[in-house]
Amino acid sequence: MSPEYSELLRQRIAEVIARYPKKEAALLPVLHLVQRETGSISPEEEKFIAGILDLKPIKVREVVTFYTMILRQPLGKYHVQVCSNLSCTLLGAGTIIDYLKEKLGIEIGQTTPDKKFSLSTVECLGACEQAPCLMVNFDYYGNLDKERIDRILASLT
Amino acid sequence: MEEKILTKDFGLKNLFKIKVYLQQGGYKAVKKALEQMRPAEILDEVKKANLRGRGGAGFPAGVKWGFVPQKTDKPKYLCVNADEGEPGTFKDRYIMSHNPHLLLEGVIIASFAVGIHSAFIYIRGEYEAVADRLEEAIAEAKADGFLGKNILEIGFDLEVVVHRGAGAYICGEETALLESLEGKSGHPRLKPPFPASIGLFQCPTVINNVETLANVPAIILNGADWFVKKGLPKDGGTRIFGVSGMVKNPGIYELPIGTNLRKIIFEAAGGMKDGKTLKAVIPGGMSAPILKADEIDLAMDFDSLVEAGSMLGSAAVIVIDQETPILEVLKAVSKFYSHESCGQCTPCRIGISWINKIVRRIASGQGEKDDVDAIICLAENIKGKTLCPLGDAAALPILSICRKFRQELEGQLSR
Ligand SMILES: Cc1cc2nc3c(=O)[nH]c(=O)nc-3n(C[C@H](O)[C@H](O)[C@H](O)COP(=O)(O)O)c2cc1C
Ligand code: SF4
Ligand code: FES
Repeated sequence: MSPEYSELLRQRIAEVIARYPKKEAALLPVLHLVQRETGSISPEEEKFIAGILDLKPIKVREVVTFYTMILRQPLGKYHVQVCSNLSCTLLGAGTIIDYLKEKLGIEIGQTTPDKKFSLSTVECLGACEQAPCLMVNFDYYGNLDKERIDRILASLT
Repeated sequence: MEEKILTKDFGLKNLFKIKVYLQQGGYKAVKKALEQMRPAEILDEVKKANLRGRGGAGFPAGVKWGFVPQKTDKPKYLCVNADEGEPGTFKDRYIMSHNPHLLLEGVIIASFAVGIHSAFIYIRGEYEAVADRLEEAIAEAKADGFLGKNILEIGFDLEVVVHRGAGAYICGEETALLESLEGKSGHPRLKPPFPASIGLFQCPTVINNVETLANVPAIILNGADWFVKKGLPKDGGTRIFGVSGMVKNPGIYELPIGTNLRKIIFEAAGGMKDGKTLKAVIPGGMSAPILKADEIDLAMDFDSLVEAGSMLGSAAVIVIDQETPILEVLKAVSKFYSHESCGQCTPCRIGISWINKIVRRIASGQGEKDDVDAIICLAENIKGKTLCPLGDAAALPILSICRKFRQELEGQLSR
């Protein structure tokens, strides 16, 4: 086991495992916990998790690649995820996406050179009543227009 | 008459706190069910209430619970489906964040009725704040003796665990949800066997949507007859309609089952935004076939919508205006399902992304004469030919769009 994972992380992992009748069922929650500490799940993390849950690393890899919220590479400090599904599109998600690309100077799927922002489009965030909307890390922002985006970006330091 | 069941106290500050919830008469239903009723009586009452599943398929909850074997040496599980991924749908988020204890009451009563001691709430990973709130509510309920060991000192135990997903719509499909909970990719299972006999960890399992379970406490307190009278004889209670798109007041509206769709859009949600004209409505989340503007004088219940060639699904109403090209809708639908296909079956994996490619080609001005027919042909070959209902969920709305808006689509073909 690599020594660089925090004691707190190991403790939390043990707590989570205890909630399930079978160890491997804790895989997703453990991936969330580790990703929170390390920013992404690299092959090293896969091995660490596989060791803890008595799984083959390839099983962990399979799950890591299936779920979009589990990241294989670290992203910028703020991950801006814009909903590009129907209700948001109807109310102008397209304009919002173009504006963000222009403001951040990056394309969808890219990270700014200073590693501050990454930009993605995502499917429905379950906040269609606030369309168009986006998520920055785990925070939701709705009823977007250009001014609101300016304010949101300015507040992220 | 107060029509609302689930959202009536939403205006109260801190309803999510057990103290406030108890002041509103909270946990009375749990007390009544556990202290005064036998599991079989609860099952009967829920069956009589004709509480149909709010997750999409509309299967009667009481009947589903009845499928779980009573005598078994295996543990039984309850999985609450809080994945809420169906585009247009956001109602469960409101229930869980405003009224988490109502859901927990439903979970406790359902578990008691079926003989379950372990429940999982599978919540989509994006709902981080909602999941935290649920965990706080669970801790409060435990501290007050409504969860954990020896609940209300009647010797009934129940643990509830919140399990966060990680961004995969398919995990809302019940068997994919089970796979995901077991720590695997969300690949749906072949049915039968049904989860009621072989579900989570190969054990008998009940899977219900958040809104379905949140209705159970009111049924216990007020009886099945009261519940049926709130809605329709074969489809009791209210629905939380989530209205989004080009309306003045997008949001949730809890109304009796069978409420007219035109009324929902033009009265509840305030009508069209900015004086726009209605073009079409998706009445039950993105998997529901589309309705044209002149098809919306409809009662919003499961059977009426099937009759109208669509479905009530998650009761998410998406309102589309005249200025939006129908191609945009087709693009959004085909993009979504091609992205979310789990890849197990060829018609779904290949067919939907093929459709999406054709749609994108049309959008770029390179549409060809037979493109609409090609899309219809592809969709017809997905329909009914896949392992899980995602194939149909993609094919049916696509077919409805192509057939109802053929003229407009063909007008966009350049060659
Ligand atoms: C592709 C697909 C996605 C689904 N997503 C959800 C979902 O996000 N939430 C939900 O409650 N049901 C969803 N369902 C329906 C579930 O499979 C299942 O029918 C439901 O959870 C049963 O609960 P109910 O009877 O209380 O409605 C989905 C079904 C399919 C085919
Ligand atoms: S229909 Fe699509 S989502 Fe469902 S099992 Fe097949 S490939 Fe997976
Ligand atoms: S369509 Fe954007 S949040 Fe639902």
